[in-house]
Amino acid sequence: MFNIVKREEMAEGTVILNEIQAPLIAAKAKPGQFVILKANEDGERIPLTMADTNPEKGTITIIYMVVGKSTALFKDLKVGQGYQDVIGPLGKPTHIEKTGKVLCVGGGTGVAVLHPITRAMKEAGNHVICVIGSRNKGLLILEDKMKSASHDLRICTDDGSYGHHGFVTDIVKEVLEKQSIKQVVAIGPVPMMKAVCNITKQFNIPTLVSLNPIMIDGTGMCGGCRVTVGNETKFACVDGPEFDGLQVNFDELTLRLKAYCDEEKNCYEDYCRLTD
Amino acid sequence: MPNKKKKAARVPMPEQAPEIRKRNFEEVPTGYTVKMAQQEAARCLQCKKPACVDGCPVEVDIPGFINLLTEGDLTAAIRHIWSTNALPAVCGRVCPQEIQCEGKCILAKRGEAVAIGNLERFCADYERENGTGALPPTQARTGKKVAVVGSGPSGLTVAGDLIIKGHDVTIMEAFHKPGGVLVYGIPEFRLPKEIVAQEVNFLERLGVKVECNMVAGRTVSLDELFEQGYGAIYLGVGAGLPSFMNIPGENLIGILSANEYLTRANLMKAYKFPEVDTPIPMGKKVCVLGAGNVAMDAARTAMRLGAEQVRIVYRRSRDEMPARKAEIHHAEEEGIEMFLLTNPVRYIGDESGRLTAMECIKMELGEPDDSGRRRPVAIKGSEFEMETDLVIVAVGSGANPLLTKSTPDLALNKWGYIEADLETGKTSKKGVWAGGDIVTGAATVILAMGAGRVAANSIHKYLTWGW
Ligand SMILES: Cc1cc2nc3c(=O)[nH]c(=O)nc-3n(C[C@H](O)[C@H](O)[C@H](O)COP(=O)(O)OP(=O)(O)OC[C@H]3O[C@@H](n4cnc5c(N)ncnc54)[C@H](O)[C@@H]3O)c2cc1C
Ligand SMILES: Cc1cc2nc3c(=O)[nH]c(=O)nc-3n(C[C@H](O)[C@H](O)[C@H](O)COP(=O)(O)OP(=O)(O)OC[C@H]3O[C@@H](n4cnc5c(N)ncnc54)[C@H](O)[C@@H]3O)c2cc1C
Ligand code: SF4
Ligand code: SF4
Ligand code: FES
Repeated sequence: MFNIVKREEMAEGTVILNEIQAPLIAAKAKPGQFVILKANEDGERIPLTMADTNPEKGTITIIYMVVGKSTALFKDLKVGQGYQDVIGPLGKPTHIEKTGKVLCVGGGTGVAVLHPITRAMKEAGNHVICVIGSRNKGLLILEDKMKSASHDLRICTDDGSYGHHGFVTDIVKEVLEKQSIKQVVAIGPVPMMKAVCNITKQFNIPTLVSLNPIMIDGTGMCGGCRVTVGNETKFACVDGPEFDGLQVNFDELTLRLKAYCDEEKNCYEDYCRLTD
Repeated sequence: MPNKKKKAARVPMPEQAPEIRKRNFEEVPTGYTVKMAQQEAARCLQCKKPACVDGCPVEVDIPGFINLLTEGDLTAAIRHIWSTNALPAVCGRVCPQEIQCEGKCILAKRGEAVAIGNLERFCADYERENGTGALPPTQARTGKKVAVVGSGPSGLTVAGDLIIKGHDVTIMEAFHKPGGVLVYGIPEFRLPKEIVAQEVNFLERLGVKVECNMVAGRTVSLDELFEQGYGAIYLGVGAGLPSFMNIPGENLIGILSANEYLTRANLMKAYKFPEVDTPIPMGKKVCVLGAGNVAMDAARTAMRLGAEQVRIVYRRSRDEMPARKAEIHHAEEEGIEMFLLTNPVRYIGDESGRLTAMECIKMELGEPDDSGRRRPVAIKGSEFEMETDLVIVAVGSGANPLLTKSTPDLALNKWGYIEADLETGKTSKKGVWAGGDIVTGAATVILAMGAGRVAANSIHKYLTWGW
C-alpha cells in the first residue's frame, strides 16, 4: 500500500493533489517522469506525471484532473488511505540544458507537469519566461509556485476573469516576436499543445511537448501508447512521454484518446450515480 | 499383456461443449477423474528406454510417475514429478506435448500417445485439491541473497530451486501481479489464474519474497541491487516487445497488439468491465494476425467477448501454423475461421480514426526459406478487402530494451536478446544470469523453466564456491 500523506483540492475541487509515500520512486525520479497508479484490486492503471518529489521524506506528489471513473475513485481517497499499486519512475526524464532563454507554456493540469521542468530549467541557468492559462480564475493552479520557478510569469484566462483575456497562444506569439527564445516547453491539453506548435513552427523553435496517450504497462510491452512522431511510430511510455512537438501528429493522438470514450462515459456515469 | 494395452484407446479429456464454452471464460478441459487417470496410466508400456523422456526438455521421469499413479500412490507421483518440474499443473496444460513428450511416445507411432500432459495435470490438480500442502524440506540458510527479476515460469523456477538450497530469494516484478505470461498472456479458459497464484503462494510459504511494481532498470538498477547486498541476480524478463506489421493505417483505433489485448483481458480482467475499471474493445468482426498460441488465445478471447465473427489471418498454410494442435482444434470447434495464405497490406478507417476494413493479398508457397518452411509469396493482383472493426496483431515479439539499455555492460546478440551461456545461464556481467524468452526469444514455458533450473544450479555453485 502506498499511503497518501497529504491531500489538497485545487481549482474548485476539479483538480486534486496527493502526496504519496513511495520512497524508492522518490529517490530516483527526475523532472518529466511519470508513475502508474492503481487504486485497488479491480482498478485501472492510470499514468500521472510527478509534479514534485521529496527524496528525504520519501514522497512523490501527483496532481490530477478528475475526468472519469478512475480519477473520481482517486479523488475519494483520504489521507491515511492509499493506492494499492504505484509503479515508476517511468518514461525518459526531460532533457534539461542551458540554452539561454526558455519559454514554458502550461494549460490546465499541464501546469502541474510543467512546474518541475520549469524549476529545473531555471536552476540550469536559463532565463525562464512562463505562460500559464486556464478557463477562468478559479481553475488556475500553482500560480505562486510557477512565479518562483520562473523569472517572468504571464497568466491568461479564456474568460478574462484574471490576467490576459484570451489563450496562451496569444502571449506565446507576442513573446516569440519580441524576444530571442531558444527553447519552448508546452504542456497541457492536446489542442493547446497543437496550437502552440503551430506558432513555434513558424519561428522554427524547438518545442518540447509531453504526450498523454492511453497506457497500460508503461514499460514498452503493449504498444497501446503508440504515437506518430516525424512519421515514425513511437511508444510514448518508453520513447517519451516528451517529444519534439514540431514532429508530433496531434490529430492522430486526439483520435486515439477517444478509443474508449463510450465505455468510459457509461462507466463514469454509473459510478457517479452510485456515489451521489 | 502389452498387446492388450496397445489396443486400449486414449481416455478422452472431458471438456465443456464448444457452443457453451465459446461464450464463457471457464477452463475448457475439466480434468480427469481418478478412475480416468488410472485407466489412461495403464496404457503406458513402461518402456525400459522411454523415448517420451527424451522429448521432454526437463526430462520428467514419465514412466516413473505414471507407475506410481497406476499403483494409486498419488502423493508419491506428484513428488516424483516435482523433482524435475516445479510447475506440473501449468505444463500439463500448456506444453506442446505433441512435439515433445507425447510426440516421442512409442505408442504415438502406431496410434495414440499416452496422454502424458493430462496425467501430469491430473497429479498436480489432485495434490492441490486433496494434498496436505506440506512443504518440501529446505536446506540450512546460507545468508546469501539472490534477486530474481521477472516472475514468469523461468524466474519462478529459479526462486523455487534456490530457496530450497538455502538462499534468501527476492522476486522483483514490474507488473502489479506475479506470474509473467502465465497471468497476463495465457487466458483463464486455458490456465486458471488461481493455479498460478497458488504456485506463487507456495514459493512465498517457502520464504521467497515477492516484490511487485519493481521495474528493474527504472525503480532499481542491477548495480544498486549488488550494492544492497545481493550476491547474484537472475534475469527472466521475457520477450515483452510487441511486433507490428508496419503497414499503412496501423495506428487506427481498433488495432491492438496481442500483448495489449490479452493484458487487458487477463491481467486487468477487462472481460468483467464495467465491474472492473479497465475496458477492452468489443469487436464484432475480429481478425487476428498470426497463427501461434498467442493468436489462438486472442481469437478465442474475442469469441468469448461476444464477437460475431473471428478470423485467423495467416500468410502461410495450415501445416506451418505454430500453435499447439489442441488449441487449433479447440479454436475451430468454437467457430473460429482460418484465413490461410492471406497477408494484410493496409488498414482502412473512417473519419473518426476507427478501423473499418483491412486490405489483404493472397499468398502462395514458394521455395523453402532459412527456417526450412516454404516461403509465402504474394500473388500479384489478388488484393481484396475484408470488413473488420478489431484487428489483433499476434505476429511475434522481440526483446524489450528497457532493462538492457540501462545495463550497458550486459552483452546482447544482434536482435537485442541477452547473451547467456547455455550450460550455466551466465551473462557477460559478473554475478548476473539470464534465461527464458529474454535469451532464446519467444519460446515455451517448459524451456523457460529448464533454463531457470540450469541457472539455479550455476548460481548455487557460485554462491557456495565462488565460481
Ligand atoms: C504519461 C502521462 C502523464 C499524465 N499526467 C497527468 C497529470 O499529471 N495530471 C492529469 O490530470 N492527467 C495526466 N495524464 C492523463 C491521465 O492519465 C488521464 O486523465 C486519466 O487516465 C483519465 O482516467 P479516468 O479513468 O479518470 O478517465 P477516463 O474515464 O479513462 O477518461 C475520461 C476522458 O479522458 C480521456 N482520456 C482517457 N485517457 C486519457 C489520457 N491518458 N489522457 C488524456 N485523456 C484521456 C477519455 O477519452 C475520456 O474522454 C497523464 C497521462 C499520461 C499518459
Ligand atoms: C499469449 C501467449 C500464449 C502462450 N502459450 C503458450 C503455450 O500454450 N505453451 C507454452 O509452452 N508456451 C506458451 N507461450 C510462451 C510462454 O508463455 C513463454 O515462453 C514463457 O512464459 C517465457 O517465460 P519467461 O519466464 O522467460 O518470461 P515471461 O513469462 O514473459 O515473464 C517475464 C516477466 O518479467 C517481467 N519483467 C519484464 N521486464 C521487467 C523489468 N525490467 N523488471 C521487472 N520485471 C520485468 C514481466 O512483467 C513478466 O512478468 C505463450 C505466450 C503467450 C504470450
Ligand atoms: S513438462 Fe511438458 S514436455 Fe515434459 S513431460 Fe510434462 S507435459 Fe511433457
Ligand atoms: S514412451 Fe509412451 S509408453 Fe513408453 S514409457 Fe513413455 S509414455 Fe509410456
Ligand atoms: S503503455 Fe504499453 S507500451 Fe507504452
